[in-house]
Amino acid sequence: MSDIHVVPVKIYVAVFLTLMVLTAITVAVAFVDLGALNNVVMLGIAVAKATLVVLFFMHVKYGTRLVPLVAAGGFFWLLILFGFTLSDYLSRGWLGAGTPWMR
Amino acid sequence: MSSEAMAAERPNYLNATTGLKSWLLTLDHKRIGILYLLGVSAFFVLGGIFAMLIRLELVTPAGDLVQPDAYNRLFTSHGVLMVFFFLIPAIPGVLGNFLIPIMIGTKDLAFPRLNLLSWYLFMAGGTMALGGIIAGGVDTGWTFYTPYSSTYTMTAVIPVGLGVFVNGFSGILTGLNFMVTIHRMRAPGMTWFRLPLFVWSHYATSLIQVLGTPVLAITLVLLVFERAFHIGVFDPTRGGDPVFFQHLFWFYSHPAVYIMILPSMAVISELIAAFARKRIFGYHAVAFASIGIAVLGFLVWGHHMFVSGQSVYAGTAFSLLTMLVAIPSAIKVFNWSFTLYQGSVSFQTPMLYALGFIGLFMIGGLTGVFLGTLGFDVHVHDTYFVVAHFHYVMVGGTIMGYLGGLHYWWPKITGKLYPEFWGKISALLVFVGFNLTFFPQFLLGYMGMPRRYHAYPEEWQVLNVLSSAGASILGLGFVLPVLYFAWSLKKGPLAGRNPWGARGLEWETDSPPPTLNFDEPPVMNHEVYPYADGEPGSTSGMKPASAH
Amino acid sequence: MSTAHPAVLHHQFDTLEQQKESATLGMWLFLVQEILFFGGLFMAYMLYRWRDPQAFAAGSHELDITLGLVNTVILIASSLTMAMAVHSAQTDKNKALVRYLVATGILGLAFLVIKYFEYSAKWEHHLVPGPNFHFPELAIDGRAEIFFSLYFAMTGMHALHMVVGLVLLGWLLVPAARGRFNSQYHNPIECFGLYWHFVDIVWIFLFPLLYLIGRHYHGAV
Repeated sequence: MSDIHVVPVKIYVAVFLTLMVLTAITVAVAFVDLGALNNVVMLGIAVAKATLVVLFFMHVKYGTRLVPLVAAGGFFWLLILFGFTLSDYLSRGWLGAGTPWMR
Repeated sequence: MSSEAMAAERPNYLNATTGLKSWLLTLDHKRIGILYLLGVSAFFVLGGIFAMLIRLELVTPAGDLVQPDAYNRLFTSHGVLMVFFFLIPAIPGVLGNFLIPIMIGTKDLAFPRLNLLSWYLFMAGGTMALGGIIAGGVDTGWTFYTPYSSTYTMTAVIPVGLGVFVNGFSGILTGLNFMVTIHRMRAPGMTWFRLPLFVWSHYATSLIQVLGTPVLAITLVLLVFERAFHIGVFDPTRGGDPVFFQHLFWFYSHPAVYIMILPSMAVISELIAAFARKRIFGYHAVAFASIGIAVLGFLVWGHHMFVSGQSVYAGTAFSLLTMLVAIPSAIKVFNWSFTLYQGSVSFQTPMLYALGFIGLFMIGGLTGVFLGTLGFDVHVHDTYFVVAHFHYVMVGGTIMGYLGGLHYWWPKITGKLYPEFWGKISALLVFVGFNLTFFPQFLLGYMGMPRRYHAYPEEWQVLNVLSSAGASILGLGFVLPVLYFAWSLKKGPLAGRNPWGARGLEWETDSPPPTLNFDEPPVMNHEVYPYADGEPGSTSGMKPASAH
Repeated sequence: MSTAHPAVLHHQFDTLEQQKESATLGMWLFLVQEILFFGGLFMAYMLYRWRDPQAFAAGSHELDITLGLVNTVILIASSLTMAMAVHSAQTDKNKALVRYLVATGILGLAFLVIKYFEYSAKWEHHLVPGPNFHFPELAIDGRAEIFFSLYFAMTGMHALHMVVGLVLLGWLLVPAARGRFNSQYHNPIECFGLYWHFVDIVWIFLFPLLYLIGRHYHGAV
């Protein structure tokens, strides 16, 4: 029964410090002009931070296989919402008349 | 007196405790199912009254019974109550709640308190919506389209919207509860492919409830904020986009159609197996078709928006994807039909509903393929063709399944038998009344009669009168079961464990079941639907307990 | 199975393990619906920012990056204390459990206090959407209003989740102080932790998306 996985404190502290460093980087990079890359870096760092929290603080790395599947399913459905909605807005200008919505 | 007749007097979930408090604070999934039965029935009656008023107005071409304003409120109230407070919670709330734990051989759902909370959220949401309807009503249609709903209408959008929001969480929590229960609570030997198809279909329903409903919730929050604080996310005069509301709304509300129909398909699979005395043909295909419908249902919402200003390229993609949903739906219909082939079919009340379902759902589904076709939809958009189509799915599909299931499991739920003769009469009335009500609407829509108007040109009167006449027959068909079900509680013969001679764990326990469902924890040591193919059906109708 | 039903085992379950796994799965499914709930807001953000990048950058520039950063640090720190609370329960350290829960609560409260000062500053600067809204750069007034609509909707929903979290935390402190949680039974602490970390993750996305956009071409000057 007591086969619960106890994550060592060291790992928690390491994750916390990494999150702090990533936060510092994301703020610093925001003031540097990287063109379109600014958004990529910003979101990349946010995804990395979220992944760390999910894997270690939320114990997904140590749980049953079902839990990562459930979590991934949630994000996948989010992508369906984003992707299909954007498919409308992105293709509105294709007829050449411009996007009426963009004014 | 046989031993089974005595079983009915043993402690069961109905007589275990007494008093109003024991019901209002119950954690027993079976009692919560009964609470849902009372709740959804009340909303069904209210929604039905609004439907009757609509049909009464449409008997004459002139708008003589109600003014346009009142008519707008009538069809909105009808839609909101029926969709959110009857069709969505009915089968999962009543039959799913009662049967899923028994079918998988466990004592209760994984989270009984959460289950009770779901019912209270459902009732609270319903009360809020009803309060809004009484305090002036809403005239936006059940879809709450912006910017009319957010900026222009003076009606009670906020209470009704919040009512639907609260009720949404009832559905989310029920879905979550079902999923955890099915994952974690199955009896020993109850593998995934020994689950009754009822459970598979409810699992698919739960997926949609957990993944789709929150998007409706946040959409309604934004709508309410828009009305209350003028934040402008959907208001074109403030730079917002009203079509964006439709995207968010239909991301939930199209899959919600499958929240309504999948549980009905769940019931039909059980009925076909029981009354054809055969294992469902293509069990695996039917199980996966449920999941397929749930997943594909999320990819097609744009077919509600062909004339909204959505990009034609997105419209084309949504139109093509819509065709895919027809595949798992057809898989189900074909497999049910194959199950009947060389089965030992007996035509008792639940089976009449099941066969009615197959025919009507096919018409509803196929006209759905018409409507999903971009070019055709542009012509019949917002006409009675659409109204007829979704009533074939919602009434011909969902309500037929619900009534069939209620008849089939009534002896299990109450321990009493209803009069089979009157059951058949009511099934017949529902079938005839339904077709008479809604088939003329296909013709009206094809001729161009728009929905949501209280007056129409005279040449459409004959079809409209037919439709209203059908509606009164349909209404009678709905009233009859109330009467004989009530009668059966007092005077119905005892049912015994298995009046249909059906297979499944729910038929291996008492009727009504004990509080913890089984005397001994069951073990599933055989395949599901273990009918010897072609074994004789119970041609003499329901067997009362003493006949065993 | 044949052992006596432990007091913390609910009647519908056979074993504590089954109960624990059910609770974890249930909580994760709840978080999935939370992902999609916030997802609608992120969708709105994406759409309107794609259309009005300048207005969003200008609006973002009105936000206080220092307070945002401080709140980010506070919230991540509260995630660490929460993880330590779960750790303490798992290792039967009851006093540490209570201490870490209290620390988590204090950090959460600090976040909300700072958020309150941010909100009131926005009110004073006429940056709350509605009839009083007035943006310094008139040319993009209307579009900046959508940025602030989303700012308040997103951070407001997030703050509401924090408030709910703090209420739940207070409610868990009582049994924690009474020593009800131990290495055998700590589902409530663990599930609450999942919720708290999720709220943290939402902020991890909100902070860069709301506070940090377009800083280079406005802020560098």
